[in-house]
Amino acid sequence: MSLNTQQPGTAADPGTRPGTAAVPRARKNSFSALLNRTPRLRLAALLTAPAGWLVLVYIAALAALLITALWTVDTFTGKVSTTWTFANVIQVLTDPVYQIITLRTIWIALAVTIIDAVIAVPIAFFIAKVATAHWQKILVIAVLMPLWASYLVKAYAWRNVLASGGLLEWMGAPLGVASPGYSETAVILTLAYIWLPYMILPIHAGFEKVPNSLLEASSDLGAKPLKTMRLVMLPILVPSIIAGTIFTFSLSLGDYITAQIVGGTTQMLGTVVYANVGAANNLPFASAVSLVPIVIIMVYLFVVRRTGALNNL
Amino acid sequence: MRLSKSAKSILGVITGLVLLFIYAPLLLVVVNSFNSDKTFGWPPKGFTLEWWGRAFESEGVRSALVTSLWVAVVSTIISLVLGTLLALALQRYRFFGREAVNLLVILPIALPGIVTGIALNNMFTTILGVPLSMWTVVIAHATFCMVTVFNNVIARLRRVNSRLEEASADLGAGVFTTFRLVTFPQLRSALLAGGLLAFALSFDEIIVTTFTIGAGDTTLPIWILQNLFRPNQAPVVNVVAVVLIVVSIVPIYLAQRLSEDSVGVRRPAKVAA
Repeated sequence: MSLNTQQPGTAADPGTRPGTAAVPRARKNSFSALLNRTPRLRLAALLTAPAGWLVLVYIAALAALLITALWTVDTFTGKVSTTWTFANVIQVLTDPVYQIITLRTIWIALAVTIIDAVIAVPIAFFIAKVATAHWQKILVIAVLMPLWASYLVKAYAWRNVLASGGLLEWMGAPLGVASPGYSETAVILTLAYIWLPYMILPIHAGFEKVPNSLLEASSDLGAKPLKTMRLVMLPILVPSIIAGTIFTFSLSLGDYITAQIVGGTTQMLGTVVYANVGAANNLPFASAVSLVPIVIIMVYLFVVRRTGALNNL
Repeated sequence: MRLSKSAKSILGVITGLVLLFIYAPLLLVVVNSFNSDKTFGWPPKGFTLEWWGRAFESEGVRSALVTSLWVAVVSTIISLVLGTLLALALQRYRFFGREAVNLLVILPIALPGIVTGIALNNMFTTILGVPLSMWTVVIAHATFCMVTVFNNVIARLRRVNSRLEEASADLGAGVFTTFRLVTFPQLRSALLAGGLLAFALSFDEIIVTTFTIGAGDTTLPIWILQNLFRPNQAPVVNVVAVVLIVVSIVPIYLAQRLSEDSVGVRRPAKVAA
């Protein structure tokens, strides 16, 4: 980019009257000219604030979390003491109470993921491949909108649905189906509800990537729809489905609000973290517990990395 | 692949049912905010505006609303500045660590809220010794709202022809003049869309907020959580929940209308693009 720094940008700046405030303009322009001459400096000027913010606020906080998990709480003062110990981590890993909670949390996250995948595939297929172009647009927005409604309100809405004498009981009564009430089942149902759009959208995007000509070729060669689905679509879709599971799985893994609102006495890893930040005031232990979902998610991401799912996020 | 008529209609019915499943619970909250029966059994017994009136008169709700708006506006402004700078840097330049920075901006929303929440809580209280306040909430919100602005701006920058900027520079415009007169006008609607999404995201966030807010401050979601288990507050909680639904969905709708390439924070297909 060549630039004549001797001519300040009045030509491209019709709003500026010539001759006004000559001295400050000259100074501003020399800085502007310096930026123009040095792309590196320009990049630094753009990058410093946001990257600095993310590193100083977020990466530092994550690193501090890791360190705090290795500290302990002084039993007399209740303050964090910087004595190094693996006691918290060991307790989280070996205490049967936390093992059960970890397994339950993984089970809930898995169940939610499977339910969402089963619901999402047909609806995403319908939107991408069956509905007319006009309906496609409407349906995508219809799926997208509630994605943004407050997570809290959605959990609260299910508290209403599941309440005794509520909608679900009323609907189930003629069929002889009882409402699960506030329980682990309720947590799974509610989380599946909350994260469903996160599963539909990547799968929908995946279906859109499957060219129609490929499907027609498959059927011209004699494959029935189900066979086409299994042999042609599914292999192309796998990365998108996995991309969806990353959201449903990792978001469920860290939940505690839903468990609190519709779970009755159900405890998840998040419940333990929350209790140790608030009432028990044991941040080192809470940090140690929060490492469990982080590690599980990292392992999951590592495993699915090869499928190319991360490019579909 | 040719689907039979019946297969198509079965799929259509499933889609309809799933949409019903998605919207029914939210509609139930709306209906219950007008339900005259305080136990909120189904079907509703009668219609009343009493709960809406009570919500408007409630001092707690009003101050929580003001806090939520303040936090959302300040976080949105910070995210607009930081997200735009970051998008310009990543779209216009190739540099070492570019991929890492790209991942960094997504990380705060990719990890569960509780991880972000406790990490920030721990840093403020244990490491830095900063008392939790509305400002700590703003710092937390700006951190994960940045990505909505970033996504929208970078999507727009990809389509904008950077030769216009070069032409402007060749004609003698300085860096700031070029930004003001050439780049910014092209970004305007993307910024508005990203800002609206950031606002909606911040306005109803609950998990990170519970970990970073001071003891004396209450946002609307925090207010709901505090009053959720108090039976006599249930009617007003419904009203506040409806307000949250409307305030978060309307900006999203506007953002969608504003720019065809409006990208949601977790509209998964495009986040990491």
